[in-house]
Amino acid sequence: MADLETFRSETRAWLEANCPAEMREPVRDEDDAYWGGRRAKFKNDAQKAWFEACLAKGYTVPAWPQAYGGAGLNPAEAKVLREEMSRINARPPLSSFGIWMLGPALLHFGTEGQKQRFLNEIARGEIRWCQGYSEPGSGSDLVSLQTFGEDKGDSWVVNGQKIWTSYADHADWIFCLVRTDKADKYQGITFMLFDMASIGVSTKPILLISGNSPFCETFFDNVSVPKSYGDDCPAYVGQINRGWDVAKYLLGHEREMISGAGGGDRTAAIGAVMKRAAARTGDELDPVLRAELAMFDVDALAYTAMGEKFLDEIKVGKAHPAQPNMMKYVGTELNKRRHELMMAAGGSRSLEWDSEETGGGKPSRGWLRTKANSIEGGTSEVMLNVIAKRILDLPGA
Amino acid sequence: MPLYHNDDQAMLADTARGFMAEEGNITKQLRHWRDRNCKDGFGHGLWKQMAEMGFTGMLVGEDDGGLGMGHVEAGIVLEEIGRNLTPSPFLTSSVLAATALKHGSADVKGRYLPGLIAGDSVFAVAIDETAKHRPSRITTRAERSGNGFRLSGSKSFVVYGGSADMIVVAARTSGSDDDDDGITLFAVPKDASGMSHDAVRLVDSSMATHTKFDNVELDGDAVIGEVDGGREVLNAMLLAGRVGAAAEGVGVASGAMDMTVDYLKQRKQFGRLIGEFQALQHRASHLYSEVEIARAVTIKAQQLLDANDGAGSEKAELMVAVAKAKVGRTAGLAVREGVQMHGGIGMTDEYDIGLYMKRDRALQEFLGDANYHTNRVAELNGY
Repeated sequence: MADLETFRSETRAWLEANCPAEMREPVRDEDDAYWGGRRAKFKNDAQKAWFEACLAKGYTVPAWPQAYGGAGLNPAEAKVLREEMSRINARPPLSSFGIWMLGPALLHFGTEGQKQRFLNEIARGEIRWCQGYSEPGSGSDLVSLQTFGEDKGDSWVVNGQKIWTSYADHADWIFCLVRTDKADKYQGITFMLFDMASIGVSTKPILLISGNSPFCETFFDNVSVPKSYGDDCPAYVGQINRGWDVAKYLLGHEREMISGAGGGDRTAAIGAVMKRAAARTGDELDPVLRAELAMFDVDALAYTAMGEKFLDEIKVGKAHPAQPNMMKYVGTELNKRRHELMMAAGGSRSLEWDSEETGGGKPSRGWLRTKANSIEGGTSEVMLNVIAKRILDLPGA
Repeated sequence: MPLYHNDDQAMLADTARGFMAEEGNITKQLRHWRDRNCKDGFGHGLWKQMAEMGFTGMLVGEDDGGLGMGHVEAGIVLEEIGRNLTPSPFLTSSVLAATALKHGSADVKGRYLPGLIAGDSVFAVAIDETAKHRPSRITTRAERSGNGFRLSGSKSFVVYGGSADMIVVAARTSGSDDDDDGITLFAVPKDASGMSHDAVRLVDSSMATHTKFDNVELDGDAVIGEVDGGREVLNAMLLAGRVGAAAEGVGVASGAMDMTVDYLKQRKQFGRLIGEFQALQHRASHLYSEVEIARAVTIKAQQLLDANDGAGSEKAELMVAVAKAKVGRTAGLAVREGVQMHGGIGMTDEYDIGLYMKRDRALQEFLGDANYHTNRVAELNGY
């Protein structure tokens, strides 16, 4: 424990010296974060300095082993770093689906060669990844996906279409679920990795109700994917035709992430903030709205305790393996409710779509964005199905 | 502290679960006494057994002959009480009254705690004066009279007031009705001259009284804690009682949910088990989620209260309110879904699910319902 306290004071001093003031402001939106990649540009010197300081320390991916670009922190140290960063509101130096999704998959299923190459590229922010899962006909029923890779010996020729590919138009590489055996639904999918610059790949951003386009349609037209990128570095994660195992592992990971387990301000009480905000525009909370806010706060604070219990239980293997589905379901439904209440409390000011005062329509665009929370990463209805089947053991579920 | 039971607590939970399922179950206790129209509303034999198990004195310090345990442990027993709908004075005597007596002088403790711990004397508490819980307003008055006091006023919803030996009464010794200061707590023998008890059976078959005090003469040593300084003791009692009621509510909700999920796996209609219907599956899954969350926030509140030796901190007070509100809504959902999903037999007296609905209704009202505590959460958050 003494070592941990030493680590805490060293970390605090290091953050003090290296995290610029601008990087202690909350990230305003997804454009405000640094995503890395071949085409990445720093928004300002502070963002560059903070990224480079973290990179040198292994803090873009602090819990990954040093050999793969991390700092090799153990879970207790990683928690201290998180706490110290959040104490000064330090931003993450690098945001990426490589860190959140592909990295954990490679750490679990990857070969040494894959880890050496891809994890280091992710840690250094050199390659920006996107995720190719959903297809127009395969949303909740993801395993029915049709994008097909025809076996050509040393390579596959991939044809098909993905949808809801986050930032595909900015990504360098894709980790993609491709059917490689049409006869076997579950054991006929391969988790492939390939370059978005390959001939035959094209993307088309989708304009959402929020007015933003964080997702794309992605088309594969005779895309040639080699089966190997060199010694001990196959172009697929896990085994050929066993990509569904990797996908399921990652979906579990994603549900934990989306659920906001462990708190964050998404689950905090909002009534007091809304009252102060109302006062600033000369309004006061309607008594019925106040009651709804209070009911929300009860649920949000209770959910925060659930998040804490869930994380405590995961550490010692006490959590039910399907519990992340419950956390995802409740967390996303709460977040939608939270934004409904924020819109109601904000009144006509919240309707403004691009005014400076609203930061370019943050309240309304943010409200619309949350509607996807209970759709992406498994709908609420699918989460309820999983709870019924795996936890309650209901028949035919 | 991690939000799950440590080894000792897990062991206690096993013991309590086995004991209450065996001795405190619905057939042996709730239905047994109800069907005999027992005016006490609970079985003294079981209460004695609970004393032998050490449950009655769990919250009392070891120096005073108790087990010196906390609200997590009391909550473990209460959850099993809730699951089995076991009628017993545990919450009133061993949680609320014991918490009050802990604040008493050595003399008060010495006089009352041994009987309470042994299960020989049963304590009730008299706080509410109107049909809704409103402890900020205390109008029952105790005027100085010689070396003691003279008590006048009336209290309602005195649970087990008719069969208790002693009643802890919150009365006003100075100031006006809504003042924070000027409250004093008294230990009053149930049979004191000038007291009258109008016993009523409640919807869940438990017994309560409307108790009137008509110039009841009390000795000075009936005072628990400081004269005029009783608000602090009362608040400690309320926190302990509310987090305890939340734990019991988690048990009621779990019991109703388990019974309902089992039923979904047995009942056939349209040639299928009704648990195969997605309309019911989703509702059951939602209920499961809510019950898990209610349990989590209850443990959180218990731990916060224990961390502060039951004295309450702002954070503990907030989380106790959150717990009582969350559990209230969740247990309400559990029993309503339970009766609905049982269909016609859910309406019959023969099936136990309706008993859960009745118990939940009474427990809701005890020490503030979900609306009361939701409003508290808003107030404590500053809006």
